[in-house]
Amino acid sequence: MDEFVNLKETELRLGLPGTDNVSEEIERVSCNKRALQGDTENETESSMMKMETCPPRKAQIVGWPPVRSSRKNIIQTKKNESDSEGGRGVYVKVSMDGAPYLRKIDLSCYKGYKELLKALEIMFNFSVGEYFEREGYKGSDFVPTYEDKDGDWMLIGDVPWEMFVCTCKRLRIMKGSEAKGLGCGV
Amino acid sequence: MAEEEDLSEMTNDVERHLKLDPPKPSSSPPCPSHVLENVLENVLKFLTTRRDRNAVSLVSRSWHHVEAQTRFEVFIGNCYSLSPARLTRRFTRVRSLFLKGKPRFADFNLMPPDWGAQFAPWVAATARAYPWLEKVSLKRMFVSDDDLALLAVSFPGFKELVLLCCEGFGTSGVAVVANKCRQLKVLDLIESEVTDDEVDWISCFPEGETHLESLSFDCVESPINFKALEGLVVRSPCLKKLRTNRFVSLEELHTLMVRAPQLTSLGTGAFSSTHDGAQGEQEPDYASAFRACRSLVCLSGFRELTAEYLPAISPVCANLTSLNFSYANISPDVFKPIIRNCHNIRVFWALDSICDEGLQAVAETCKELRELRIFPFDPSEDSEGPVSGLGLQAISEGCKKLESILYFCQRMTNVAVTAMSENCPQLTVFRLCIMGRHRPDHVTGKPMDDGFGAIVKNCKKLTRLAVSGLLTDQAFSLIGEYGKLIRTLSVAFAGDSDMGLRYILEGCPKLEKLEIRDSPFGDVGLRSGMHRYNDMRFVWMSSCRLSRGACRDIAHTLPSVVVEAFGSDDDDDDDDEDDNADYVETLYMYRSLDGPRKDAPKFVTIL
Repeated sequence: MDEFVNLKETELRLGLPGTDNVSEEIERVSCNKRALQGDTENETESSMMKMETCPPRKAQIVGWPPVRSSRKNIIQTKKNESDSEGGRGVYVKVSMDGAPYLRKIDLSCYKGYKELLKALEIMFNFSVGEYFEREGYKGSDFVPTYEDKDGDWMLIGDVPWEMFVCTCKRLRIMKGSEAKGLGCGV
Repeated sequence: MAEEEDLSEMTNDVERHLKLDPPKPSSSPPCPSHVLENVLENVLKFLTTRRDRNAVSLVSRSWHHVEAQTRFEVFIGNCYSLSPARLTRRFTRVRSLFLKGKPRFADFNLMPPDWGAQFAPWVAATARAYPWLEKVSLKRMFVSDDDLALLAVSFPGFKELVLLCCEGFGTSGVAVVANKCRQLKVLDLIESEVTDDEVDWISCFPEGETHLESLSFDCVESPINFKALEGLVVRSPCLKKLRTNRFVSLEELHTLMVRAPQLTSLGTGAFSSTHDGAQGEQEPDYASAFRACRSLVCLSGFRELTAEYLPAISPVCANLTSLNFSYANISPDVFKPIIRNCHNIRVFWALDSICDEGLQAVAETCKELRELRIFPFDPSEDSEGPVSGLGLQAISEGCKKLESILYFCQRMTNVAVTAMSENCPQLTVFRLCIMGRHRPDHVTGKPMDDGFGAIVKNCKKLTRLAVSGLLTDQAFSLIGEYGKLIRTLSVAFAGDSDMGLRYILEGCPKLEKLEIRDSPFGDVGLRSGMHRYNDMRFVWMSSCRLSRGACRDIAHTLPSVVVEAFGSDDDDDDDDEDDNADYVETLYMYRSLDGPRKDAPKFVTIL
């Protein structure tokens, strides 16, 4: 039984995963086989009755599994939404040392570092200074950093933009002495 | 769950034993029985359970009379088992009414729409007879906006309205109730279909302080006026339970929580952040809001969950007794850190997205668990199943106090089911749904007979059972032999022959509700239960092997059983009609004191 299931999983098909015609097959099997095997009565009348009263074939099984439509609808909505979503919003939290509140931004709204930094400057009312590849940010006490997937704190701008959007977990605008350490470490 | 003693069964007993006529207007009785009545009345007021009251009403005519005077809560398990007139004749001082309409399989589209179970005749009768009515609870009834309007104007002291799995009304009906029922304490719309009439019903609550203690509208699929909701919450100091719908965002929920930290039960709505406003806006401290709700014991909602916010509920986890994640697609990694703190959970509902791994975590932490429900995220037959016998067995080993389980899965083993039967002796409800029809034990390839057999043998308190997977008549033989306390039995795609049905009907003396679909049970099996149907609330059999002749025989032999036959398809070909005219697609029969109903639609044949 398990072997059969595995074969099905590796089968190359054009349809969406998870859809197949198994349900129809089972329906046909269950209808016919049981009519013939289940008979314990020998009266011809009742066996004739059985043939007549065998349920007519249906293409789909109504109401199975027994899950209320209110549950099915919502789950379906979620699946549709996640399937049809084009650009996912890449939401990350932004904190700034000394500021009482977190902010949240959608990285996918920006085309590159320039736009992002401009937005951050406006949001937190500061300026980042100028970015130098080997030396980090100069001209400001504030240094924009981000935490990547591995948990490391990196300087914003060190990696290509696309990679940054994919690996960035959150942003932090560091200030003061802590910032200096990071800026030089590149 | 409290034992349900159906009004019609009780009234049946009364009619048989006391041979009562409808009460006539009486002249004042002589003194001694007057005294007796007064004394009795004061004593009987202490009796609350329906079974006790049933027993009392059988003692004698005067006891019956007094009992009827002092019964304030009436439960009617099938709205067609008696007429509204009979209810109002017998009981004169009803304050609370619980009515159930359609049978459960109607939830799964097995019943054609417009079948019946209308609230209209009941609200009309009770409006005349019980102007002091305070509480109405309806389950699977058809309730129109007009019915709600009549309710709202007929009962000046009306306090509680609970609509479970109902339909037929919309936000305009809700608005009338909100506006006119000035003493309203409870307005709970649960798993009901509510049409969006584009009425701002929240704004219809009157100004000034309300008496609201519970407001549930998580099933309402239309936006609400949040400002009005906030204002309502602010002026409802008694509010303990608030279940919002998915149109309430996380930020809005935060506002509500800050306004009502006294809440004991919270339906969290969407539990996701509004994307539009996210750009650059401050984020509230959600964890802090939860921390402030020191009385919170019940959480639900999470209808459009953004997983990263889930840890915000951590401050209340240790206090939670009830947690409903069944609308949230939560992965094990997100789930495990949360559940680790939930030591006091008694009721837990979730989607199978938490996987066997998540169930393992539940088993390790939730030692007080009484009720578990695992729903399928993908409710189809052929999807990969994230939960299996492993999860079931883990739960059985960790949660020994388990009383009730509903478990959807794709694959199961007899070993796991047997383990549960041995580890959880307190089980009263065991509902296993192996979604693939006729699926055997996926390890041994054998039918699931042994597993379910073990359940009925070992779980001596079992009153409700739902079976699935590949089952032979042997399984039913075991159910008949050991299931002596079973009151509700649900069967689908199971059994081999009429013997299966016979075993049940001849073996289970307490059986009250029997629902069967797509199983090879026919006339012989049906006839074998002739001695039982008067004592049962209902029998449902769809897509089985029944003929009209047999159903007609039941109807003729048992005049107090109403036998309904109908099909699910309206569009039969003319050719097929002759061949299939004898075939009964769906049989629904139930005991009734007042004969067949007069509101049956055309497609229903009452035999």
